[in-house]
Amino acid sequence: MEAFLSSLVSILFHGLAFGAILYVISVGLSVTMGLMGFVNLAHGVFAMAGGYLMITAMQKLGLAWLPALLLACVAVAVASMVLERLLYARLYGAGELEQVLFTIGLIFVAVAIARLAYGPNPLAAPLPEYMKGQTALFGRTFPTYRVVVIAASAVLIVLLWLGLERTRWGAMVRAAVDNRAMAQSIGIDTGRLFTFTFALGSGLAALGGALGADLMAMTPTYPFEQLVYFLIVVAIGGLGTLRGPFIGALLIGIGDTACKYWVPQFGAFFIYAATMVLLLWRPQGLLGKAH
Amino acid sequence: MDLLRHVRSDVAVGYGGSARLRPLEFLPWIFAIGVYFLAPNYLPLGAYILIMILFALSLDLVLGYGGIVTLGHGAYFGFGAYVAGVLAVRFSGDPLLGLTVAAVAAGLLGLATGAVILRTHALALLMLTLAITSIVFEVASKWTVITGGSDGLHSVPIKPILASFKFDMFGKTAYLYCLAVLLAGWWLVRCVVHSPFGMALAGTRENDARMYAIGAPVYRRRLVAYSLSAALAGVAGALLTHTTQFVGLSVLTFELSGEIVVMLVLGGIRRIYGAFVGPIVFLVARDYLAKQWPEYWTAGIGLLLIFIVMFARGGILGMLDGLVARIGKMKPGGTKA
Repeated sequence: MEAFLSSLVSILFHGLAFGAILYVISVGLSVTMGLMGFVNLAHGVFAMAGGYLMITAMQKLGLAWLPALLLACVAVAVASMVLERLLYARLYGAGELEQVLFTIGLIFVAVAIARLAYGPNPLAAPLPEYMKGQTALFGRTFPTYRVVVIAASAVLIVLLWLGLERTRWGAMVRAAVDNRAMAQSIGIDTGRLFTFTFALGSGLAALGGALGADLMAMTPTYPFEQLVYFLIVVAIGGLGTLRGPFIGALLIGIGDTACKYWVPQFGAFFIYAATMVLLLWRPQGLLGKAH
Repeated sequence: MDLLRHVRSDVAVGYGGSARLRPLEFLPWIFAIGVYFLAPNYLPLGAYILIMILFALSLDLVLGYGGIVTLGHGAYFGFGAYVAGVLAVRFSGDPLLGLTVAAVAAGLLGLATGAVILRTHALALLMLTLAITSIVFEVASKWTVITGGSDGLHSVPIKPILASFKFDMFGKTAYLYCLAVLLAGWWLVRCVVHSPFGMALAGTRENDARMYAIGAPVYRRRLVAYSLSAALAGVAGALLTHTTQFVGLSVLTFELSGEIVVMLVLGGIRRIYGAFVGPIVFLVARDYLAKQWPEYWTAGIGLLLIFIVMFARGGILGMLDGLVARIGKMKPGGTKA
């Protein structure tokens, strides 16, 4: 019993850390998909860019962990804004197939660039000394890095929540998700709103990718490998909300960790099976609105 | 009538087009026979291209004609490949039996999963197709007793076709075998597309609300098309097992499911021959580029995809059509527009 409880705590903790990263990366995808109805399969590219840029900033520019993390986040946000204006914006009215193909094309290009710049092998971000040890909490010890990941994500989540619920920008985003035509007709510049929201979502993805670089190692094929996880989180959570992907990320983070711990011989089978059942029960996701 | 005109303007091949064979439609087959005699060194690659053409053709039925955006068609291709492999190892290596069983098995899987997938739309549908491929992949990778796990099934014993044509080491039999099966698959797809059923399918793609309004069973039409397409994909998978005598996890990866969509779109969707042109260009380019730049050639594919989406939605054949139309317009005036 003691051993079971101990493994349960461990699973919950590791699952929470994984779920927190998944949430930070996927929340932008949920909001931009809900806002623009754009199927952005290339969202993982921004997470990968964040991770790689942080590694570069630490190794080439000699920055410390935190400044490198923030630099990567800002750089990716700015770059994504350019990408959105130049390319994404042309396809807002296009069909689903065009969007899927365009974003797969982006992934292909990003994979080749990453391979050219960083080589084919996985890279881990060098962690600062103070994150390498263990932290004692509630009479048990936990890896400090994962505690930091969970704490940082919690802060981000609160900030995001406040931003969307309490600010003018948040009100505009919620209005545009609910009814874009109406929002436009009362004078909200939805084009600009899209651009900024897109940049915020990509910046968050970069932050999540960089923050989680030690959990999900950076490889050139990262955007392909993790794509299914990001999409599952968004699909089962529901589009256009903050809470939906939060629940989705926790379910997937803890569920995936538990499956790998208890029934490794089944791999990710149960995760996919559960996703299917859930989507059949609620095609619009747990918290999504029925159309 | 309004709907019909709309469909007609949008569809290069299909209802509204003539079902009679045009002379141009013999070209791929003449080309394929020519390759057999003129380029014997390329027959193994040629057989692989023929298999991918059949796979792309099956995808065109759902993605092009049915308008169902899927990223998981590899599930049926891979399932067919594994069914053929396991059947040959455990029971009998007769190729035609293998094709039949793979077609039925993949068709049934398509029916069962399609019944689930087609109840949803947009992101949920895309997600479900991904999830189903992942589930089939997980089963193939973990059920090692049957599937060989990550090693796959090696040296699958395949008997001679009709007990008389042995698979030779130059790939001659394999090439002709694939060509014959592709011919049958092409004829089937062509008939379906030009049939009243094909018109109903086009209707569900263009405007399902109107199809409901005239009392057409939209869901059932789509499900039939989906299962049929899955069966064809399964046949293509079985061909791969038969010609390479090997089946491994690569047939069930997301990469393959994505690549086949890319190949189809590259050639041009909803025109049957797009499924011929796309795989040829993609695979020959990959064969050449992957030798030169094994790690970076994907960038070219990515840029090409972005270019097609931005400027040439009809793919290669669409661009050719545009070119022909332009030349046709230029002629009567005699001067450039």
